Amino acid sequence: MAEYTPEKTLDARGLKCPMPVVKTSQEIKNVSVGGVLEVLATDPGSVADIQAWCKSTGHELLGMEKGEGVFKFYIRRVK
Amino acid sequence: MSEHEHEAKKASIVVFSGDMDKVMAAFIIATTAAASGIDTTMFFTFWGLQAIKKKVPTGKTLFQRMLSFFLKDINGLNPSKLSMGGLGRWMFKQMMKQQNVTPLPELRKMAVDLGVKLLACQMSMEVMGIRREDLIDEVSDVVGAATFIAEANKSHITLFI
Repeated sequence: MAEYTPEKTLDARGLKCPMPVVKTSQEIKNVSVGGVLEVLATDPGSVADIQAWCKSTGHELLGMEKGEGVFKFYIRRVK
Repeated sequence: MSEHEHEAKKASIVVFSGDMDKVMAAFIIATTAAASGIDTTMFFTFWGLQAIKKKVPTGKTLFQRMLSFFLKDINGLNPSKLSMGGLGRWMFKQMMKQQNVTPLPELRKMAVDLGVKLLACQMSMEVMGIRREDLIDEVSDVVGAATFIAEANKSHITLFI
């Protein structure tokens, strides 16, 4: 499994649509350009939604992991 | 992925309905669009004005004051089905709370925080006897249909809810 060193971690566990994406969009601003944001989420919809959000915004989804009921996303701030 | 996918885009949403579930859908779409870097405008008209109205009595004429009795604020909106004289509203609020879904007033605040522009329809406000001061301060302008069309004309996403 790839290793990423996140600058920040967003805990979006327990949040439902559209909050994981909304919080991610706010938190990515606190990461420097080129830096990585780690997002933790439990909403199964976030798997498709975080990918779609990255597509819309241009931020790079480096990887996704599924732990025990928790999804982890690693997103690189592109701009 | 095509390059223009990252260009600044616009979304324009007409909120005609004053139903809790439909207004909820409108704010979920608006917040998500704004979170995706899309410049988003919501145009509230007719029953939709309730979503941006303060909890105050409105109207001057007899009919307007009679109508005011049936107008709600964002906390009092009933679902489009199973309204059951307020029971449905309570039931859905409980069910959403159990699932940790963000409540409607918070969604509206989130939309404002994300920069979603809230516009109110001037003509329906006049018909219903709703004044600017009856609406929440976050409403950025009171406008007509031409303003919405000008926004929609530049938008990639237009919705009527």
